[in-house]
Amino acid sequence: MSATAQEHNAGHAPEHTKRDFLKLVAASGAAIGVGAIAWPLIDSLNPSSDVLALSSAEYDIASIPAGQGITVVWRGKPVFVRHRTPEEVKTAEGVKLADLMDPASDESRVKAGHSQWLVVVGICTHLGCIPLGNKTTDARGDFGGYFCPCHGSQYDVSGRVRHGPAPLNLPVPPYAFLSDTRIKIG
Amino acid sequence: MVGLHKSEFKNPVINWIDTRLPLFTMMAKEYGVFPTPKNFNYFWNFGALAMVNLVIMIVTGIFLAMNYDPNTGNAFESVERIMRDVNYGWLLRYVHANGASMFFIVVYIHIFRGLYYGSYKKPRELLWMIGVVILLLMMATGFMGYVLPWGQMSYWGATVITNLFSAIPVVGDSIVTLLWGGFSVDNPTLNRFFSLHYLLPFVIVGVVFLHIVALHITGSNNPLGIEPKDKQDTLPFHPYYTIKDSVGICVYLMVFAVLVFFAPGFFGDPANWTPANPLVTPAAIVPEWYFLPFYAILRAVPDKLGGVLMMFGAIAVLFVLPWLDTSPVRSAKFRPIYRLLFWLLVICCFVLGAVGAHHPNGIWVILGRIGTAYYFLHFLVLLPLLGKFEKPLPLPESISKAVMPVAAE
Repeated sequence: MSATAQEHNAGHAPEHTKRDFLKLVAASGAAIGVGAIAWPLIDSLNPSSDVLALSSAEYDIASIPAGQGITVVWRGKPVFVRHRTPEEVKTAEGVKLADLMDPASDESRVKAGHSQWLVVVGICTHLGCIPLGNKTTDARGDFGGYFCPCHGSQYDVSGRVRHGPAPLNLPVPPYAFLSDTRIKIG
Repeated sequence: MVGLHKSEFKNPVINWIDTRLPLFTMMAKEYGVFPTPKNFNYFWNFGALAMVNLVIMIVTGIFLAMNYDPNTGNAFESVERIMRDVNYGWLLRYVHANGASMFFIVVYIHIFRGLYYGSYKKPRELLWMIGVVILLLMMATGFMGYVLPWGQMSYWGATVITNLFSAIPVVGDSIVTLLWGGFSVDNPTLNRFFSLHYLLPFVIVGVVFLHIVALHITGSNNPLGIEPKDKQDTLPFHPYYTIKDSVGICVYLMVFAVLVFFAPGFFGDPANWTPANPLVTPAAIVPEWYFLPFYAILRAVPDKLGGVLMMFGAIAVLFVLPWLDTSPVRSAKFRPIYRLLFWLLVICCFVLGAVGAHHPNGIWVILGRIGTAYYFLHFLVLLPLLGKFEKPLPLPESISKAVMPVAAE
């Protein structure tokens, strides 16, 4: 017994003892346990399935006359659905990208074959007010699109920002045409 | 100015904090080196398990409260939404509901440990009484929590128990109206129960803190019931009892997991899956299992006020137990007659539990009355007398000497 003890001491002290190994295993086990407990608690804060079920919705757009828009509620937010006149479409398509604060072509912001329809989230990209412009009687700003009364941001008829303080275009939500008169957003 | 604490810690950040607020020194003293009797058995784990359970209840409760609606029109639905739509909502709900049962299992074993080993005796009388306060708070919290899902048993259990207070002479009915906030258990009642159910667990945390402070002043009891005499009799809490408690926690979590994942409805009453209907009384109004013995005592007495007084009296006798038990010997290990009486009490509690679960007919009425009579006889008559007449076994000299081999003569 003492002979082997001497052999051990004659050499170097072991770098990692059995105790170190056990401590590592115990700590790792505890860490995995903490993670397994934390994840369900955190995930329970994520949208529940009833909220997710409302994350896409269908809207009937047949009754919107040309030149006007309506506001629908999608995911708790206002979404403008605007029926553009052919003149408005031509103006929107004709704008040079270099003139834009947040360059984007009109074609990239509408669906092919349905270019008279503009669907954008109606929240000003400055500080979150809802811009005016759906009704023909509304102030629409110098570019004929939308005008935000809070700080004077102006958007054109493609929902692109043309005058600040807003920095970005009105976002286009994911949407698709189920038929010529029905869209599904989300 | 008393003078800054001189911290022993080497790490500069910890030292800076500890000098100004000696949390680290305190933790090292109270849970690091704290001299703990070296002969604890696993029954000494249950206090720590109760603390873990309390934390689990508070955490799951807070997350449940994010989705629960305390309005009678939507309460039941909101719980169903938690079960079906909220991510891991089913887990939160079943951990919380079964956690309540686990909490009472753990605390009842903790209490019976105290009864067996005389942990309520001098100088731990106040520690014991603080513990009884915690039990009362737990019972109030559990009762109100059970009302929240607004099922049939929630509603009718609330009705029965709040109606008890009408037994108080003169002011009884006014008190019940005050409790209800109306003329029956309804929306105002549910809303205030939700508020108080959220509040009381934090009151429990405060009282648990006092419980632990009192414990650290007197030191823990141990299975032999004799005080540690010197360093030989104790061990530092860390690592010996941190590890032993960790083992206990693993077993506890395994039992908890079996309940939650394989039998989540085991302790539940099927009637509570039906939304509350004030016009239909369920066939049997039964509280959750942990209240059954008290329910049995309540119904054992034919008089309404008498039953209420006896039910609260059952807890009141626990309060004054340190003065009822006259024996100078702490641990039942050395008290052969007390040991017998202890087990009779345990059996009595189980019998009362069974009585509480049944309709008060036939044999159950007799058993309920015998059980109630024995319960009070045990505390009010037998224990005071036993101290005078029992001949205890000889106590060992010390904790260490009790485990040392007897020297050959």
